[in-house]
Amino acid sequence: MSEPRWIWRCDHTIPSQAGAGRQVRQEVLGQLQRHHWVDHDIFSIHLALEEALVNAIKHGNGLDLAKQVRVSCRMSDDLVQIEIADEGDGFDPTRVPDPTDNRHRECPNGRGVMLMRSFMDRVEYNERGNCVLLEKRRTKTE
Amino acid sequence: MAEYRRLDVTEVGDVTVVRFRDQKILDDLNIQELGRELSQLVEVEGRARLLLDFSAVEFLSSAALGKLITLDKKVKAADGTLKLCHIQPEIYEVFAITRLNRLFDIKENEADALAAF
Repeated sequence: MSEPRWIWRCDHTIPSQAGAGRQVRQEVLGQLQRHHWVDHDIFSIHLALEEALVNAIKHGNGLDLAKQVRVSCRMSDDLVQIEIADEGDGFDPTRVPDPTDNRHRECPNGRGVMLMRSFMDRVEYNERGNCVLLEKRRTKTE
Repeated sequence: MAEYRRLDVTEVGDVTVVRFRDQKILDDLNIQELGRELSQLVEVEGRARLLLDFSAVEFLSSAALGKLITLDKKVKAADGTLKLCHIQPEIYEVFAITRLNRLFDIKENEADALAAF
């Protein structure tokens, strides 16, 4: 499969502190709006980006200011790819407790991963589990 | 009545109606503050019949859902009642995917919710 023709991309390295992803978020949402992506796609990408950033900053790097989060975003006419990598030990996404199971309802982990998988078309982790690739195809409109 | 930064709190009969001030509930520090204020309603002020009105809310993250789950637990422990209303379709989708639409009693609007207490 050929590489999509990217019309926009940005790369950021951000500190592991709450709210550090604000600029990346604004840039991505601004580009989606500028290129007239539908509201539901923008909501989906916003949600997945937010969850992945929180996972990387809080759970991956443990809010350790000595560690950074690398964010790489690419957009073509009909595809958005976002890669977020932290410096943590990683985790096994297949072993995250099921948040819909009443026994795990109060567990803070799991719900974010579930939402990312539901709202995005592709969510893949590297083998170590400290880098996630998020992909969303643009909803076709008449 | 206590002062709230993230919430507007009013009383309708014996029900406390709580409206969120933030359109986007995602900033971690704001979510922590929101959680403290929701807990305060039940644990400090003794309000156990709560209606959460989401009409202003356009976005919320899983961390905010965690605060709602904690609130539900506190309300149940106080033998109270918690209802939610005015949830926009995309936010409702978040509740449905995580099956929290089964945990919470979600009504279309404030009138329907108040009538169901």
